[in-house]
Amino acid sequence: MFVYLDNSATTRPYREVISEMVKYMETDFGNPSSLHRMGITAEKAVKEARRSVAASLGVKEEEIYFTSGGTEADNMALFGAVQARKRRGNKIIASCIEHPAVLESCRRLEETGFRVEYIPVDRSGIIDMQALESALDDQTILISIMQVNNEVGSIQPIPEIIELKNKFCSAGRSEILFHTDAVQSYGKMPVQAGGTDLLSVSGHKIHGPKGVGALYIRKGLNVKPYLFGGGQERGMRSGTENVPAVAGFGIAAAISQRNMTERIESMRKVKNYLSEGIRWEISDIRENSREDGSPSIWNVSFFGVRGEVLLHTLEQSDIYVSTGSACSSNKRGQSHVLKAMGLADKEIEGAIRFSFSEFNTVEEMDYVLVRLKEAVQKLRKLGSFR
Amino acid sequence: MMEERNAFIVRCGEVALKGLNKPYFEKMLVDRIKRVLKKYEGVEIKRQEGLIFVRAPKELDPDLIAGEISRVFGVASVSPAVETESDLEKIGQAAVEYMRRLIEKKGVKTFKVDAKRADKNFPVKSPDIARQIGAKILIGCKVLKVDVHNPDCLLFVDVRKDKSYIFEQKISGFGGLPLGTNGKGLVLLSGGIDSPVAAWMMAKRGMLIEAVHFHSYPYTSERAREKVTELAGIVAGYCGRFKMHIINLLPIQEMIVQNCPEEETTILVRRFMMKIAEKVAQETGCCMLITGENLGQVASQTAEALVVTDQSVQMPVMRPLIAMDKVDIMEIAKNIGTYETSILPYEDCCTVFLPKHPVTKPKLAKILESESKLDVDQLVADAVASRETVAIYPVE
Repeated sequence: MFVYLDNSATTRPYREVISEMVKYMETDFGNPSSLHRMGITAEKAVKEARRSVAASLGVKEEEIYFTSGGTEADNMALFGAVQARKRRGNKIIASCIEHPAVLESCRRLEETGFRVEYIPVDRSGIIDMQALESALDDQTILISIMQVNNEVGSIQPIPEIIELKNKFCSAGRSEILFHTDAVQSYGKMPVQAGGTDLLSVSGHKIHGPKGVGALYIRKGLNVKPYLFGGGQERGMRSGTENVPAVAGFGIAAAISQRNMTERIESMRKVKNYLSEGIRWEISDIRENSREDGSPSIWNVSFFGVRGEVLLHTLEQSDIYVSTGSACSSNKRGQSHVLKAMGLADKEIEGAIRFSFSEFNTVEEMDYVLVRLKEAVQKLRKLGSFR
Repeated sequence: MMEERNAFIVRCGEVALKGLNKPYFEKMLVDRIKRVLKKYEGVEIKRQEGLIFVRAPKELDPDLIAGEISRVFGVASVSPAVETESDLEKIGQAAVEYMRRLIEKKGVKTFKVDAKRADKNFPVKSPDIARQIGAKILIGCKVLKVDVHNPDCLLFVDVRKDKSYIFEQKISGFGGLPLGTNGKGLVLLSGGIDSPVAAWMMAKRGMLIEAVHFHSYPYTSERAREKVTELAGIVAGYCGRFKMHIINLLPIQEMIVQNCPEEETTILVRRFMMKIAEKVAQETGCCMLITGENLGQVASQTAEALVVTDQSVQMPVMRPLIAMDKVDIMEIAKNIGTYETSILPYEDCCTVFLPKHPVTKPKLAKILESESKLDVDQLVADAVASRETVAIYPVE
């Protein structure tokens, strides 16, 4: 049985997405900037997709800018926002469990003279609100805090953060922008961009294509571009639009809004079924995800087992999971998220992330439980000799 | 008039030193050059006066052809050349044209002619040839000046019986001996820096290569396997297509972990690898084993450990890197293009179940005692039987 449980890394594209993309490669392959009919057809596709993504976030079309993905959206938000505000202040606040797209951008900004304060999280992966409050000062120009963490699925208190920020700002101090990386929450819970200034989403995490994402920029906000050329995306992001991917993203965004409640319920049911099964069947574990976390992510550590070995053992049974996050499992380093949550080395070593989509079923979880139990027992037995 | 072609003068290194066997080595070398140039049409390869001459259609990029030839083991150097008739007037004309192209391409300002007449019946002596050709160039290319000490271009004129050659570059080859002149060896290819270099060095001495790779899936990942396949492909770029046998060592590692002292794990695994490789070698007509072992590099490569490893097999084990320094090995790896792939950080099976304090001075008697707890012959036979064999093709 093939069971794909790595949906936070990427998802299987919807059939409708694929056929839409084929159309814009096979027949309607025009460049939206061309003056002729072919160009107009392509331009319409991009417009339609923009409308669909805007609707999914409850914002206006002109507030959506297509990018090459979540990473570019995050980069564009951070670099673009601070460039336009560096005379007002030089401090950025981010959580220490952000995606590398945000963290590495912060590191780069630090090299160019900005100060970044990283807000710690508790053992369940929720940011410390008091630390955030005391971090706010009149030098602060930007806060970037993700909505759902990609490794453990913890949901950050975005409304509270916005309230805190607004209170601070209305006390007479200058404006602070708020950016949220919504890549992992988009499509897995209702996401409304209202209240934020900048918000990043990605296509391939919601059964759309890879290589496309979007940044919401609140209307009227001054954000500097950092790609220059033909002036596409109203000058914010030059470069010929990736029409097939953008069109596919539009379809995925539209589908994800239909029956969202049922979709989320189905993921939650599968997640709960698996987590309960594991609690019941396998001892010596630590759950790294909160009960009230994202319905699509469940992270757990199996003591005495190396996550990577367990991953490959499950792979032999055609079950696909992840250790920590797909981006960091290639590197030797430990997950920065689990580390920030204060986990011990042996807890981090055995961590596995199961991430779900609407395509997963309870029957699949029965199969996973059997194979998982066998694998953990076998690896622990072998490990016990060392 | 024959169609215009680029000529390449190929000089044989050690092959030229051979005595009575020289024709055999030369024939093998021609054969190898033919193989690498087989994919290009209209290439002609000839042995002539102790050299090898390659002629290729003008459309083929001479740098590309020269590059291909320079990678053939046994080639000392290769020069892309212009071929003319052995007539001073014609040579002079060709030299002028040649220099004009160089002026245009490289902005050459000064030159010197170095002439040689292989045909001693040619009426003009070498220094006079140089002088006369130099004079023609000075007349033909007004911008050029002669500089005998530090010329931008040292132009060689090689006058032979029927044809003469004009060239400026000598692209060094690797030397060595033509492949296939020295039997076949089985290399233990790990995916690290050393073993591809070891394979390459033996191949350079004319040995055909076959490889065995051990992994510990699922303790190692499929990426590690991709990595070793890629490395093998780079090595195949020098020694041609070869076979690689892929064997999962995990069943044996599991037995060792459960039955033998922890500190002996590594050395026991090494001995198993050798035993399995020996059996594979026997089955595939390889006469020796090749490893990338290097004295003192890691715990399993101390003098004592090497002795214990060596005694696990009857077959001779070649260790071409044994006395080299790591930096020198890395240098070769960079030169042959395996380094970048070798350093990719995927776990190989040597690091699985790595003991905390591996024994560095193992005693054979103790190791044999540990092995007696295992059904060695059966485990080796099972591993050999379980092998998967893949063909490795050169990567461009």
